[in-house]
Amino acid sequence: METRQMTNKLIKDGAAQPDSWYLQSSGLTAESLPALDGMDIIVPLAFWLAQKSAIQSRKGNTGVWLDSHELPAALADDIHAIPVIALNFPEFKDGRSFSTARELRQRMGYQGEVRAIGDVLRDQLFFMRRCGFNAFVLRDDQDMDAALAAFNDFHDAYQPAIDQPLPLFRRRQ
Amino acid sequence: MYRYDQYDHQMLADRVAQFRDQTSRFLDGKLSSAEFLPLRLQNGLYIQRLAPMLRIAIPYGMLSSVQMRKLAFIADHFDKGYGHLTTRQNIQFNWPALADVPDILAHLAEVEMHAIQTSGNCIRNTTTDQFAGVSADEVEDARAYCEIIRQWSTFHPEFAFLPRKFKIAVCGTRQDQAATQVHDIGLYLLKNDKGEIGFRVLVGGGLGRTPVIGSEINSFLPQEHLLSYLDAILRVYNREGRRDNKYKARIKILVKETGVNEFREKVETEWKVLKDGPLTLTQDEVERCRAFFHDPAYKTLPADSATLEAALNKDVLFASWYEQNIAAHKKQGYAIVTICVKKTGFAPGDLDSDQMRFIADIADRYSFGEMRITHTQNLVLADVEKDQLYDLWQSLKTHDLEADNLGLLSDMICCPGGDFCSLANAKSIPIAEAIQRRFSYPQLREIGQLSLNISGCMNACGHHHVGNIGILGVDKKGEEYYQISLGGSADNHTALGKIVGPSFSQDEVPDVIEKIVQVYQQHRDAGENFLAAYNRIGMDPFKEALYGNKADDKQAD
Repeated sequence: METRQMTNKLIKDGAAQPDSWYLQSSGLTAESLPALDGMDIIVPLAFWLAQKSAIQSRKGNTGVWLDSHELPAALADDIHAIPVIALNFPEFKDGRSFSTARELRQRMGYQGEVRAIGDVLRDQLFFMRRCGFNAFVLRDDQDMDAALAAFNDFHDAYQPAIDQPLPLFRRRQ
Repeated sequence: MYRYDQYDHQMLADRVAQFRDQTSRFLDGKLSSAEFLPLRLQNGLYIQRLAPMLRIAIPYGMLSSVQMRKLAFIADHFDKGYGHLTTRQNIQFNWPALADVPDILAHLAEVEMHAIQTSGNCIRNTTTDQFAGVSADEVEDARAYCEIIRQWSTFHPEFAFLPRKFKIAVCGTRQDQAATQVHDIGLYLLKNDKGEIGFRVLVGGGLGRTPVIGSEINSFLPQEHLLSYLDAILRVYNREGRRDNKYKARIKILVKETGVNEFREKVETEWKVLKDGPLTLTQDEVERCRAFFHDPAYKTLPADSATLEAALNKDVLFASWYEQNIAAHKKQGYAIVTICVKKTGFAPGDLDSDQMRFIADIADRYSFGEMRITHTQNLVLADVEKDQLYDLWQSLKTHDLEADNLGLLSDMICCPGGDFCSLANAKSIPIAEAIQRRFSYPQLREIGQLSLNISGCMNACGHHHVGNIGILGVDKKGEEYYQISLGGSADNHTALGKIVGPSFSQDEVPDVIEKIVQVYQQHRDAGENFLAAYNRIGMDPFKEALYGNKADDKQAD
């Protein structure tokens, strides 16, 4: 089992921020949960589904992370009580989590933090934000200033998305 | 044609700046090759055998004379003076320097052109029939819908990292010339009995290693739902398309493995969330886009042209070009001209910069300053007065553009092949030329309508699966061999060709094609074209002619 503070490269709501969350690997077991008391942790989906009562009674906030092949439907019953849902990019070319983010926001109406984790690179940030991510844990080697600038790569966009619910064709002047 | 407003211009300027930054980070070593790869591909930039290749989008094949002159400028200043028309109505340059590409994109942006999403695992250039809007027999002009799809698909935030590339074709003409059924999504424009416009939606077509004809998942999608339905299809594909194996990652495999009915249900489920939402097309937007494709200022002309009749009577060469390369126009007194870019001795679909400038000039003079690229790698001047056809033809001769073989065996679709492409197993351009040289023009005319498509590898850029005769370059113990298939077609009755038998060496190919043609000539009924004859007599006579008794002993390889 691995308890890992994420990099010090968190961008949240458009600014660099310190990170209070600890990401738990898929090796997390129920027995090791008490040792994490008082910490804010993000646990794997399978663990979250299997240990709901243990999670509810623990001290500290608990979020959940989904790998790119995992679907958010399993979270439906109590999704609004989850403070953070992190979506993994095992490699940046794997675009499934873009759809998962939109599904969380659009279909499930999730209002909490949607966090991008894994292979999170500067050149994907603009699209991630459009799909509903509002927190981004950059890969270690990424430059924070360049990443912050990436959100301004484009002035506008054609499609409706989470950041702009109307397509350009309904807004053109 | 469509003209950019301030929003379109700004988006393109932002893209150029973004790619300039990405390229300089790559050249400075701050961006790895692996990370730069999808970024450059999404700007149409490949690294080929000898140099980078830049593929520039020609949205649904429409090109203005101003844009064509810019392509000529780019050919001269950044390349070796020529470009190559592709089967997706794009143009490729084979010799740009990587460091120059941001400047090339800036030049293109000046004329409302780009290389956005011409490659990579994203939604590619939307294509259509080259006769859209001028065909004498059309359901509806597809171009407004192509432009609507172009905007929706450009920088779509959710679908920039799909499992694999994604191609959409829209067809509004009755005779499909867009190979619509072998696209990831094929859309046929329809009108219902109330006169409302909608689409028949096919999904999961494609060529490549596993050729598949698309399956219908919606028989009539009302036009206002076009984008929400496309979004739903793409979301299902993005979530569920295979990512474990690049060769099984196209949507055609997902549709096959899921089953069409279940796939349709998945799309419907996603669509419920999106339907009637903000993506629903407004009548204003449809009208706005339509207005860009209004008819040019046609003159009122008589149906017949005395000038034309006189020229046809006195000049047989002109008459044969006219017979082969001219199609009926919806407007009386006008004709649709196809410039066949398949003259023997020239690489199929290649244009040099002089030809580009010349074509821009004649488009200005004869066809309202616009032209179209076809998926068969030819060029169309869509609005030429019949009175002016003879003048036009005479000037085409000055630039080697008078080829009168449109639709004949020598009008081949041909990929760049092993001469340029790092994926190719075998060369294709020399094969095309050897076949062209084998047949005289009278022979070609006598053989009649016949499509011959050549791909240098199984990625099938040359659409060999849907050629009446298909030629595929294969690697046989390090040697270049060619596998022949018969019976393919890319029209309304799309069919995939069947492999005849064991492959042939490069030297044997012209003989093989000649034998195939002879079998057709021996067996055909009066007026029966190659495909119809093949469908009637089947494979056996061809097999017999090519392999004799050996045919039964050897397996296709």
